[in-house]
Amino acid sequence: MPSPELHRYTLANGLRVVLAPDRTIPVVGVSVHYDVGFRSEPEGRTGFAHLFEHLMFQGSESLEKLAHFRHVQSSGGTFNGSTHPDYTDYFEILPSAAMERALFLEPDRMRAPRITEENLRNQIDVVKEEIRLNVLNRPYGGFPWITLPSVLYQTFPNAHNGYGDFTDLEQASLDDCASFFDTFYAPGNAVLTVCGDIEISSAEDLVQRHFGDVPARPVPVRPSFDEPRPTREVWAEEIDQHAPLPALAAGYRMPDPVAELDNYLAYVVLSSVLTDGDASRLQQRMVHKDALVSDLGTACGLFGSPLEARDPDTFTFTAWLTDSVSPDRVLGALDEELERLAARGPDADELARVTARWAAGVHRDNDRVISRTLGYGVLELLHGKPELAAELPARVARVTSEDVSAAAKSLRPDSRAVLLLKPADENLTEANPAGGAA
Amino acid sequence: MTVSTHRTAEQIGRTARGPRPVPPLGEQRASIQPETLDTVLDNGLRLLVVRQPAVPIVELRLRVPFGGTEPTHPARSEVLAETLLTGTARRSRVQVDTDLALVGGELGAGVDPERLSIGGNALASGLDRLLDVLADVLTGAVYADEEVARERDRLVERIALAGAQPGTIARKALQRRRYGDHPFAHEMPEAADVAQVTADQVRELHQKSLVPRGSAMVLVGDVDPQGARDLVNEALAGWQADHAATEMVPLPKVAGGDLLLVHRPGAVQSQLRLSAQAIPRTDPRYPALQLTNLIFGGYFSSRLVENIREDKGYTYHARSYLEFTPRAASLLVDADTASDVTAAALWETRYELGRLGLVPPTGDELESVRQYAIGSLLISTASQSGLASQLISLAGLGLDMDWLRGHPARLAAVTADDVADAALTFFAPSAFTGIVVGDADRLAVQLAAIGGVELR
Repeated sequence: MPSPELHRYTLANGLRVVLAPDRTIPVVGVSVHYDVGFRSEPEGRTGFAHLFEHLMFQGSESLEKLAHFRHVQSSGGTFNGSTHPDYTDYFEILPSAAMERALFLEPDRMRAPRITEENLRNQIDVVKEEIRLNVLNRPYGGFPWITLPSVLYQTFPNAHNGYGDFTDLEQASLDDCASFFDTFYAPGNAVLTVCGDIEISSAEDLVQRHFGDVPARPVPVRPSFDEPRPTREVWAEEIDQHAPLPALAAGYRMPDPVAELDNYLAYVVLSSVLTDGDASRLQQRMVHKDALVSDLGTACGLFGSPLEARDPDTFTFTAWLTDSVSPDRVLGALDEELERLAARGPDADELARVTARWAAGVHRDNDRVISRTLGYGVLELLHGKPELAAELPARVARVTSEDVSAAAKSLRPDSRAVLLLKPADENLTEANPAGGAA
Repeated sequence: MTVSTHRTAEQIGRTARGPRPVPPLGEQRASIQPETLDTVLDNGLRLLVVRQPAVPIVELRLRVPFGGTEPTHPARSEVLAETLLTGTARRSRVQVDTDLALVGGELGAGVDPERLSIGGNALASGLDRLLDVLADVLTGAVYADEEVARERDRLVERIALAGAQPGTIARKALQRRRYGDHPFAHEMPEAADVAQVTADQVRELHQKSLVPRGSAMVLVGDVDPQGARDLVNEALAGWQADHAATEMVPLPKVAGGDLLLVHRPGAVQSQLRLSAQAIPRTDPRYPALQLTNLIFGGYFSSRLVENIREDKGYTYHARSYLEFTPRAASLLVDADTASDVTAAALWETRYELGRLGLVPPTGDELESVRQYAIGSLLISTASQSGLASQLISLAGLGLDMDWLRGHPARLAAVTADDVADAALTFFAPSAFTGIVVGDADRLAVQLAAIGGVELR
């Protein structure tokens, strides 16, 4: 990895900037992370943070509807945005000749997005199609990220469906949009990251030229989303109209990813020891030896990647059950393996495997400008420290067998949430791919 | 909501200074031309190595043509791919994973009607270990009876899972609609066939089909090409066969015709899948077709997406793309839409297909896709994994790094007339066939009214 020469500073309007030059590639990544995600959306407006992300692509003072996409793509670039529990990101990856374009497009919508009733209604339709595609019309759609939080957590910010209910989405108004933007989309509530084929001083000039006159606005005080941990095992079931086989998820609370980073990393290592590769503990036990499940996984974070959220964050176990196996047997096997690890941590070989795979994974992420750019942005936003990207492999390597043991010990049955997904009546769900009917 | 006083949406969208001009593009720096090697090893394997040292990783891709016409071939080859990495004479399944993990590595195998693909990566310092595990698997996979039995059971479950995915249902129906019973249509084996596969059959298939001649390997990463060549040549010296790998039998041409409505009871969204015959990358008209496809539905700023998503809100996901097989190519148009707008979305899609040929793209549309195609090639080949995947798919078509290097110039040479020709030739609505998967009870009346759909 090119040793990252990171340059961090803050504009007068409060915008935090991370510049990460790498002259070995003719490509630039530009991202803006706003410090608002679906944990901050108001009650009665589930899904609003994500809907608003769509609206940020619908035009701004200097850009008609569709112009943002056209300018990025006709420069040879690609774009996207995504909404997370604690932040919303927007990014462009472009040939370096188009860097200034991206540094124009982002502040234009940070300064003056053009939000109209017509675009709002259009994007509500598009978001509903997105939810039909990813959740309602497919087996295991949104499992377990949409429903597990509602079992593990009690408070609205942590427990609700971040994709949103159709009734809430349909009620979103132009005034909701204006309020949300003025509250959360201030430059002081955002991080700009520019990574790749840049030269520091000219990049600084361009950032100042285009972002410098975005007016400063008050930055909201970020509430703590902490809440008491469950004091017993909480169970819930959901019926999936499309699923052919049952599935099981368990969710556990984790250490604060920011305040207790090294403790958190012990869970990252634990997750790898449990399920990363054929030699991992749960793959060997549940997939290969006992054949309890057809597939399984563990992860730090609800979306599969660690360090993408603030406290409270969730350790998840997910398994697709073979037909005749009871959920209790699967949970029993999980608890036995966790108890084994709690009694005696992983051996040196297991830790060495995890460490080497983690280091290689970081290198591979860094090889793609998009993931490197977004990684620096998230670490600046959540940790105030983009340099962590380079430090993490060494910190993961310092996690000891005892640390992993302690993490395993904390994943207690009496403080977890369990969600069982059951297929609906099979006669109703049988599809007929060979054609016919009607 | 969260603050008591805020501006209106109208006020937010305006500043005192007013709209500003979009800055022009700067000067594009060229990519560094990496050191490459393209050779055929002693055992007949073609090897491409590219030095791209941005991170200390090496990416590996291996493509083995894996055609077969026996009805049981899809089931046998799928079980082979699932059990290839489950143990050798020298290594248990756990040892295979352990040895790879210790060099930060991973290997995976997958198969489709055309080819067996093995892909992976490792820390560049562990290339010798990665190759040692690969060679061990290629020459010594044992397919233990119990591993085959277990993976066979898992595969049956996974086929059931996949068979419930609307995308998979749609793909299967489309393959049958456009290719009938050709092997290419059997991308996923039947569960009943998989249940019959024995370890002996898998071992026999490995002997017969997993062979070096006709196959290609790509290495991209922080490696010295000549040194990597010597490592591969030595590591894979024991991988030998006296015959070449089996190419899939040629595909018939896609013939235009009615779409078939496939009933999926209770579906809240429908899958539209259209397809027409296209031309391979080696055809001189290919660059024009590539750009024409982008204009139609190949990127976000396309006619199809701007119409049925951004204007009408019928869909989240709509796109068109080219699919390549060794000697041919096809054009595909996909959209997923709510049941009540499915017929309307199909109507607009047909309208856009017709309009593309009749109202040829403007100069701006062409310049936009030209820059997009050149730029996205630059971006996708800037990473080791992106370049490795790009090269292995070109290798399957007999193309190489020179083709990749020369492609921006070919795109630059495409004229508006070339695009107008491609639009009329390849995007004619009458050239397309396809399927609609959805709740027929809700779709049939409207689809019958617009016509061109076989309700059966």
